[in-house]
Amino acid sequence: MTQIVMQLNELTCPSCMQKIESALRKQSGVQEVRVLFNASKVKADIDPETIQPAHLSEVVEKLGFDVQSVKLKKGV
Amino acid sequence: MKVQKQLEQRMLMIAWISGGLIAFGYISRFLLNFQAGYFWSLMMASVVSFLPIALHAFQALKVRTVSIELLVSIAILGAFLIREYNESAIVSFLFLFGHLLERKALEKTRRSVKKLTDMAPVHALRIDGPRLQKVAVDEVEKGDRLLVKTGAQVPVDGRIISGFGYLNEASVTGESRAVRKKAGQTVFAGTLLDNGTLHIEAERVGEDTTFGKIIESVEEAQDEKSHVEKFIDRFARGYTPAVLVLALAAGLWTQDLRLAVTLLVLGCPGALVIGAPVSNVAGIGNGARHGVLIKGGEIINQFSRVDTLLLDKTGTLTRGATEVTEVAAYTRNLNNFLTIAQALEKESDHPLGKAIVSYAERRNQVLPLDVRETIVVKGKGIRAKVAGRLYFMGSETFVKEAGIHLREDQQKTIDRMRQSGASTVLMADAEQLVAVFAITDRLRDNVPAALASLRKSGIRRVIMQTGDNRQTAEAIARQAGIDEIRAELLPEEKAADVEKLKKAGHTVAFIGDGINDSPSIAAADIGIAMGNGTDVAVETSDIVLMRSRFSELAHAHALARKTVWNMKENIAIALGTVLLLLIGLLNGWIYMASGMLIHEISILLVIVNAMRLPGFRSEKAEKHLKLDGCQVNQMSGDL
Repeated sequence: MTQIVMQLNELTCPSCMQKIESALRKQSGVQEVRVLFNASKVKADIDPETIQPAHLSEVVEKLGFDVQSVKLKKGV
Repeated sequence: MKVQKQLEQRMLMIAWISGGLIAFGYISRFLLNFQAGYFWSLMMASVVSFLPIALHAFQALKVRTVSIELLVSIAILGAFLIREYNESAIVSFLFLFGHLLERKALEKTRRSVKKLTDMAPVHALRIDGPRLQKVAVDEVEKGDRLLVKTGAQVPVDGRIISGFGYLNEASVTGESRAVRKKAGQTVFAGTLLDNGTLHIEAERVGEDTTFGKIIESVEEAQDEKSHVEKFIDRFARGYTPAVLVLALAAGLWTQDLRLAVTLLVLGCPGALVIGAPVSNVAGIGNGARHGVLIKGGEIINQFSRVDTLLLDKTGTLTRGATEVTEVAAYTRNLNNFLTIAQALEKESDHPLGKAIVSYAERRNQVLPLDVRETIVVKGKGIRAKVAGRLYFMGSETFVKEAGIHLREDQQKTIDRMRQSGASTVLMADAEQLVAVFAITDRLRDNVPAALASLRKSGIRRVIMQTGDNRQTAEAIARQAGIDEIRAELLPEEKAADVEKLKKAGHTVAFIGDGINDSPSIAAADIGIAMGNGTDVAVETSDIVLMRSRFSELAHAHALARKTVWNMKENIAIALGTVLLLLIGLLNGWIYMASGMLIHEISILLVIVNAMRLPGFRSEKAEKHLKLDGCQVNQMSGDL
């Protein structure tokens, strides 16, 4: 299990959280999604064999948010 | 999706265009008497500001969420249909403009934490063989060798391999004075090298560093919701679609589209949704800036209700820097017994033992002695054979249980030492008492003042727990201004004590620093850890006093109460607005535009109200700072 942390541009609408959360949850290989609204960060536990981190940031960008950086933490 | 980014970035421009069009419309109507211009410009204003709102609504709908934007979009469409162009224009303009103001205001409430994260190091100088390379801090790995120059930030937690320097560790410990560090010592990410040059080896990088952990906890904490917030979230999720259904039903029933549309606007759950979280975010941010890490909204809520405070003595109430201040020896060979005491206490890592070891080492040539058959009795003492002879070292009960009888004059000496607030460690051989060590530990700064202000802010009972004997405990309690003590406790009894108080119906906070305090920290309603305490204590706790100061504790409690009160004010403002709108609607005073105006005002009101929190400083905390100097002097006089 790997944790992916994406830093987004500042989030301002609470409904953005729901958008991102449910969009990411639908991806296979994604287990736990947390959107930190105030820190404008997305944290997700993913299975790196099923899903590429790059794909996830693409999903978020498609929703209309800028992904500033992506960090991976292995073995969480 | 590019369209949306464009729209997001141009939001301000769209709002201004829309506002300008509205102004132009009214000018043409009332000043120029130009009706067509009025209609056209208001119509255009509606369309312009409708677009970004509708886009948001559509996106939320795609993930099956009925958003506020959807309500507003339908309302605008409805008003457009019944040709109320002025209403549709003003509603959409106010909604957009309000949104922009909210964003600005939110930035302000988030500012405290932003300041903290901005202090994170960005670059590191890595030593790659003979070359020096500037790399991003994320690229540094454990074991890398780095160079830190004067004026630079330490990029990671690491050990100094060579060189020495003066470090300003304010970002981690809050103490903004230069600390001298040399090879072998640990340096922390985010601290500043004021002077010197260091070669370090990276031990912890990125989010694993002390500084990284602090930031991570603050960020997580801001989104950790309280029960009230969770309830409001659930409520809003069901409430928004309900408003939609209600407006639809009302529209069908009365055949009055205007009423239905008005209901949609009035039903927006604006201030209610944002009111509670914004207070918590601001409160946690304030705490972080004043060295108090509060791990979430529910904790603020719970902490404000605490009525009983339990304190650990050694290392929490006191500095934990113990020192031998007096030795009463009952043997002729002074050097010999110090050597033995040192050898014995080397076997334990108890703070009192450490004090004896360093005392002996300062006074004596240390000879390696053969220590065998060591038995450490937790919370009591240690017995071992040193150079073939049996010795006991520990509490009075421990030595007495070993069958040693204390003479009257010995007992008197022990009592006198304790009444001055010292802890006593007795040393005996198989037959008689050899020596008594008096060990004192100074009270932390500001303890009496902080406890007094905690009492004023609603904490009714303050209880001190310690494994120490009663007399020492009483002496320390007297200095601190604590009237209730639980002395001679074993580690497991401390946590049991917390449970007992909780069962009796008290809301209990426990504050401690060591590994042995962790069970109590976990058991208490609110566990508070001293920032210089062990990692376990810091991790299991709900609140961390990062600079290990008591004035922070007083500030934290005052802040928690203030934040909860602020949140209640915000909920009252939100509910009051709904009530006001409802009355206005029933009496026919309020339509779409005025309803939206009141809505936006209420949202801004709750944010502005919460913005008072980042600047909050408890009066008492300020006084403590001023008292700092004189109190220290007074206390050292006492000891």
